[in-house]
Amino acid sequence: MNPRLRWRKFVSNFMLTLTGVCAAVAVSALFFILGYLVYHGGTSINWDFFTKLPAPVGETGGGMANAIVGSAKLLLLASLIGIPIGFFGGIYMAEFSNSSVAFVVRFAADLLNGVPSIVIGIFAYTIAVLPFKHFSTWSGGLALGFMMIPITLRSTEEFLHAVPRALREGSMALGASRWRTIMSVVVPAAYRGIMTAILLALARVAGETAPLLFTALGNRYWSPGWNQPTASLPAMIYSYALSAFEDWHRQAWAAGLVLLALILIVNIFARVILARGAAVPRS
Amino acid sequence: MHASVRPAVSVNVNPPTVTSGREAATPASMRMNINKLNFFYGQKQTLFDINLGIATSKVTALIGPSGCGKSTLLRTFNRMHETVRGTRLQGEILLDGQNILSQDVTLLRRRVGMVFQRPNPFPKSIFDNVAYGLRINGSKLPIAEAVEKSLRHAALWDEVKDHLHKSAYELSGGQQQRLCIARGLAVEPEVLLLDEPCSALDPISTAKIEELLVQLKDLCTIAIVTHNMQQAARVSDYTAFLLMGQLVEFSPTPQMFTTPSDPRTEAYITGRFG
Repeated sequence: MNPRLRWRKFVSNFMLTLTGVCAAVAVSALFFILGYLVYHGGTSINWDFFTKLPAPVGETGGGMANAIVGSAKLLLLASLIGIPIGFFGGIYMAEFSNSSVAFVVRFAADLLNGVPSIVIGIFAYTIAVLPFKHFSTWSGGLALGFMMIPITLRSTEEFLHAVPRALREGSMALGASRWRTIMSVVVPAAYRGIMTAILLALARVAGETAPLLFTALGNRYWSPGWNQPTASLPAMIYSYALSAFEDWHRQAWAAGLVLLALILIVNIFARVILARGAAVPRS
Repeated sequence: MHASVRPAVSVNVNPPTVTSGREAATPASMRMNINKLNFFYGQKQTLFDINLGIATSKVTALIGPSGCGKSTLLRTFNRMHETVRGTRLQGEILLDGQNILSQDVTLLRRRVGMVFQRPNPFPKSIFDNVAYGLRINGSKLPIAEAVEKSLRHAALWDEVKDHLHKSAYELSGGQQQRLCIARGLAVEPEVLLLDEPCSALDPISTAKIEELLVQLKDLCTIAIVTHNMQQAARVSDYTAFLLMGQLVEFSPTPQMFTTPSDPRTEAYITGRFG
């Protein structure tokens, strides 16, 4: 074999091995974290965790029922704010705006997406906590909602752009208005992608801690209402993991596992939606 | 290729009214009249002073080489050109004697339907595809009957009647295109425009659609763009030949393909260019 060819084969094999090693490192790190979490969380979790309030400081036992409900409330609020604004904004971007407006909005959304979550928290603190002089559930939902807007907006826009122009023309040629065309033909064609993106955005903000520290704060009891502070899983993990008590560390692991399971369920749900029915052919 | 491309379909040739180029035909027999149409894409003019009549209950074919403006012309007939930014149109397009440019565009498109180059069924069931136009128009007709009627007209009913609720994407390309024709027919348009409806199809599907077009004449007026001259010869009653945005010749199809009056038409149909 001539040396040139041998060298080329060597480079090819070397690079192939390198990519394989990198993939293995990535996967093993992931599985290490997952395994560690499942092991510690699994041995720590019990029925009390889901049904009881946190025990008074110094006592062992108790659970995080209030934090689970609190997280659910926060995610509901975040969805009510983030999904409609992102979704309709994305429709405007993809279907109606001229290129310069689209450029500015896209740029702003990408920037907002890159803003550290703690900054979003401070922003929500400034507009929704300071003026009312107390922490509240709804200010936390607002902060998480802000975080969902750019992801929902950009992915709605992207998936609508991917819908073939021919479908829009087919609908308009039957006398459908632009709005009717968008709602009856274009959005259904992009629906699975948009749904998946929204669920993934929800999974992402479900684990956010920083924005909640300044807004929903935390609570060792049931939150009395939307206008009062509430516990949430990420904030509980934060304070429990930093505490001095062995039993609290245990419960932080359990909370981590519950969050992970939540995200896993959302992911599976998203994949089920993606797999259903035939995709719209791209032309 | 040899010079004589014979029309396979015999045609009732009635009008000496339609001869060539600039003369407008008698409005009475015309569903649509296009008068002095100029079309601009940005700064570039793509159609020049087009005068043309689309005869009622006949098939009119628009032929010409790629880029001659035949699709552009067809798309002005139901104002689909307005969906593209930067287009401008001058002149007059009459449907039943009334200028379409001053009408409500959604109402116009219910009267002038369109079938596109590539089959573009919606991501819905076969039934819902055909019912779509009826539903958006708030039709009072019983939808199931109207869907069946349209699918029969499009010669698709027998193939799909047992799985109307399957996705339209499970059909073959030719079936999808006939579904698109059924979808267009469902709103009972006066004119059906077809923009190279067979260019993405195999010869057997093409033959089915051509057969269908000849039958559909009783239902509505048809205008078809095709790059396939044999197809124009087989299905159309009148043919318009466009070249670089100009209407070179407009005559009854048999005349166009046997004794073209313009040397450019003859050059094109005998295969010397395009």
